Amino acid sequence: MAMAFDHAGDGAPRPISSEVVIRMDGVQKWYDSFQVLKNINLEVHKGERIVICGPSGSGKSTLIRCINQLEKHQQGTITVNGITLDSQHRHLDQVRREVGMVFQQFNLFPHLTVLQNCMLAPMKVRGTTKAEAEAIAMKYLQRVRIPDQAHKHPGQLSGGQQQRVAIARSLCMNPKVMLFDEPTSALDPEMVKEVLDTMIGLAEDGMTMLCVTHEMGFAKSVADRVIFMDRGEIVEEASPAEFFTNPKSERTRNFLGQILSH
Amino acid sequence: MIRSFGYNEFLFLLSAVQWTLALSVIAFIGGATVGLFVALGRTSTIKPVRLLATGYIQLFQGTPLLMQLFLVFFGATVMGIDMNPWAAAALGLTLNASAFLGEIWRGCIQAVPRGQWEAASALGLRFPGLMRYVILPQAVKVAVPPTVGFLVQLIKSTSLAAIIGFTELTRAGQIVNNATFQPFLVFGIVAAIYFVLCWPLSLLSARLEQRYAAPAR
Repeated sequence: MAMAFDHAGDGAPRPISSEVVIRMDGVQKWYDSFQVLKNINLEVHKGERIVICGPSGSGKSTLIRCINQLEKHQQGTITVNGITLDSQHRHLDQVRREVGMVFQQFNLFPHLTVLQNCMLAPMKVRGTTKAEAEAIAMKYLQRVRIPDQAHKHPGQLSGGQQQRVAIARSLCMNPKVMLFDEPTSALDPEMVKEVLDTMIGLAEDGMTMLCVTHEMGFAKSVADRVIFMDRGEIVEEASPAEFFTNPKSERTRNFLGQILSH
Repeated sequence: MIRSFGYNEFLFLLSAVQWTLALSVIAFIGGATVGLFVALGRTSTIKPVRLLATGYIQLFQGTPLLMQLFLVFFGATVMGIDMNPWAAAALGLTLNASAFLGEIWRGCIQAVPRGQWEAASALGLRFPGLMRYVILPQAVKVAVPPTVGFLVQLIKSTSLAAIIGFTELTRAGQIVNNATFQPFLVFGIVAAIYFVLCWPLSLLSARLEQRYAAPAR
């Protein structure tokens, strides 16, 4: 499980911008009578990289899916880039334009080529011309080192390649924040590294990132902050150094014991 | 005076096939056009729209087609609109087909995996763009075999238009039978002609289903 990355980040904490990109205040969510998010308070600063971990069913995916409202919260406020998510469609559209998301199952559009996957949102949401969209798409496909596959369909690519295309597709919208929902969990082990390397590259370029992941090596080397969730609440929030060497709560220790021992 | 069934009678039946086909095509085009909106309404995120589409489908699926044709034909007369059997049959069958196609296509739209809706939404696409560029192109593949299958139903349904006086294949059969009194022969031939029209479509539907069921690459 443990993956070593020779990477800066283990040492002194990086200076973090004071600009808040995401703010969650007292966010609560229920599925019928079952509460999945309990009083979530979270601030994400510009350029910050946050890893969210926790046992399955702890609400970590639900939390990041509330940020772009793939899941609706019932109480509390979520503000992204200065826009508070309310019932207004306009606000939701504005937020979704600035927030990219990468899914566990990639969710590429199978009927479109890799290039068309990347061009769709810039053209239909931002209204860029076809030529511009193609230039943007090729730029980011190069960035994820996959420009030679541009004219293939997603089904012809390996899982790792598909996930890199998914990252490129999100980047084409030039988002302020990237959300990763277990981006390596559906991958064969030999493909995990190429996706993590792409994410590390993004982090180095200063992208604000929230990653739900079980890759503790990634958390150690890249995260500014690790958040541990259990049963719908944030149990612990600490720097990776603190989190892995000196976890405060019993629940965190149990979780780390399980995840790092196999 | 009683005639016996001969070559001319057979030609009369054959020439009535064109009206059966014309009515089928019109009802299919009309039904598909309205049905697309019914399917979109059924999968809409707006609740009143969804309820309206659901009610529409329930209404037409829950009542006999013959009653629908009667209501359109006689209803128009009651409201002072002069509607000939042609228009009444076309309108009635269009409404009926749109409800059934709407329900078939709703299933096809919802068969597109949730992840596709989520990815498109997360990229900022709103309902119209999401449907047009992401969901419908994938739903069409699933929709082709059951839609061709429904076309078979529709062709057979046009026979009910005979009762409101529209002269298509079945009505032509009645006319020939009234002159020849050879019901078994006449209606046997009429049934055989329907079979010749429908069977290839059934085969096509089954083949398309096999083709699209094959693992996609």
